[in-house]
Amino acid sequence: MSSLRLIGLKKTFERGTPNEKLALDNVNLEVEDGDFITVLGSNGAGKSTLFNAILGKFRLDRGRILLGEEDITRQRDFERAYKIGCLYQNPLRGTAPNMTIEENLALAYTRRASKSFFAVNRRDSAYFRELLAELNLGLEDRMKTRMGQLSGGQRQAASLLMATIARPELLLLDEHTAALDPATAEKVQALTERIVAERRLTCLMITHNMQAALTLGTRTIMMHGGRIVYDVKGEERASLTLRDLMDRFRAAAGEELDNDRMLLG
Amino acid sequence: MNTAGLILSALSQGMIYAPMALGVLIAFRVLNTPDLTIDGSFVVGMCVCAVVTIAGYPYLALLCGMAAGALAGLATGLLQTKLRINPILSGILTMTGLYTINYVILGGQSNLYLQRASVNANGVEMQVASDTMYKRFRALMVALSGDRKFDNNLSVLILTALIVAALAALLAVFFYTRPGMAIRATGDNEEMVRSSSINADRARVGGIMISNALVAFSGALLCEQQRYADLNFGNGMLVVGLASVIIGQVFFGRRSVTLGIISAVAGSLIYRLILQIAYKIEMPSYAVKLLSAAIVVLALSLPLVRRLIRERRAEKEVEAP
Repeated sequence: MSSLRLIGLKKTFERGTPNEKLALDNVNLEVEDGDFITVLGSNGAGKSTLFNAILGKFRLDRGRILLGEEDITRQRDFERAYKIGCLYQNPLRGTAPNMTIEENLALAYTRRASKSFFAVNRRDSAYFRELLAELNLGLEDRMKTRMGQLSGGQRQAASLLMATIARPELLLLDEHTAALDPATAEKVQALTERIVAERRLTCLMITHNMQAALTLGTRTIMMHGGRIVYDVKGEERASLTLRDLMDRFRAAAGEELDNDRMLLG
Repeated sequence: MNTAGLILSALSQGMIYAPMALGVLIAFRVLNTPDLTIDGSFVVGMCVCAVVTIAGYPYLALLCGMAAGALAGLATGLLQTKLRINPILSGILTMTGLYTINYVILGGQSNLYLQRASVNANGVEMQVASDTMYKRFRALMVALSGDRKFDNNLSVLILTALIVAALAALLAVFFYTRPGMAIRATGDNEEMVRSSSINADRARVGGIMISNALVAFSGALLCEQQRYADLNFGNGMLVVGLASVIIGQVFFGRRSVTLGIISAVAGSLIYRLILQIAYKIEMPSYAVKLLSAAIVVLALSLPLVRRLIRERRAEKEVEAP
């Protein structure tokens, strides 16, 4: 069963101005239930735009988005949000700094929360405590702490929890470990993989790390110029080397990637 | 007036303006969005209250004033969210439009006294003061205490303090319910609210409506207390509210919403006391606005000044052997 289907997505930004940019150019993608897709592509390839299209941050010029059986193309961002979790590079984006950890989780849990007069209630809080304990960051004892007092890594871990707490069908990760120091990044990444596996989440992950793109997940796509230019999974993917992927990348992107190649090599 | 009388007068005024300080708190601190509607919604509360009070319904008048403020907030909120007009401009637009509306409410004049023409037993036409909430409460106080000269300011202070206490408690509770928390979160991180499947626009509009309803309620209270409404009374009201909120913060900090609510009320009282002192040392009444602005500037610059002093001190410690 496919959980996400993108059909002929097209989007041009600033149409009719000198800055006109074709950001999505007929993107088609069929994501199977339980797929973990890593998304590659140079800056401006359309990866984040693709995520924003799925999240409903703007209206498409053309195309349809199906999540499960449902056509969500015309749903507003907050209407589809509880079916789709998203994590960004900036750990500050996913959390409210002046509210407590408990309040942040309660807010993210809105759609599934127990009925109660106050937003924070005992039954949900007990559940939040369990989830926080699983992070092994000691946050379960700091539920009344303001989110703003946590470190970037802790906040990203909390964001991860918030993005998945309402049990979404789909998780989008937009370079969510890129702003963290290597040790913390590894921790958050391991946490992500565990949660994705435990909940059997369908997941799309943007990364610039080619090694990670190959070793993580079940399938890899590469974007360029607003299109998906390469899509590999199964045995073919298993036998793919980093060099193969680099060649693909270069072939797709052409000459302009000479600089990137040095960076990535 | 003796000192006790001056303090009483300041405190009763402070209480009357306390709901406005709460409104400013919600706009500037909770929603984190400057809202200039406040100058206009204060007056609309006043005007609507005046008209309904004169018609003979002093309690309903307060509610009507409040509702009018909420509508003003709705206008600003829709400008901000539906038409995506800059918040400051949205407020200015509503405030400007409100001037005309207030003028019409007052029946085409710039002020209105709470009185009604009546014919007395001798057939002479005369102006009769309208019944107000404060008048009734004072009569009650006189009856209870048996003191015919029961201090009017004390009576105003007692009644208003009761109302403000109830309002503040209600507000504090509200901010921990789901809709209240959504409003707080919208001011803190709107994107996160949207990704939690909450309609952040609706939360924002709701917050602005509550804020302006509170401000208008202050206007309505003042109208019943001073027994007239004036079209130009709202000028600079926002700065007064900000001064109250900021003064309160200096004393109570800004750690939680509940503390913020308490500090806004306290700030409003302290602000009036400061003004009373200024009057006492014969500051002319036209200097009030400048003083208010100066207080806000002073209070806003305080954190920076403190940091500079700290840094200077740290530097010295490093230099010292």
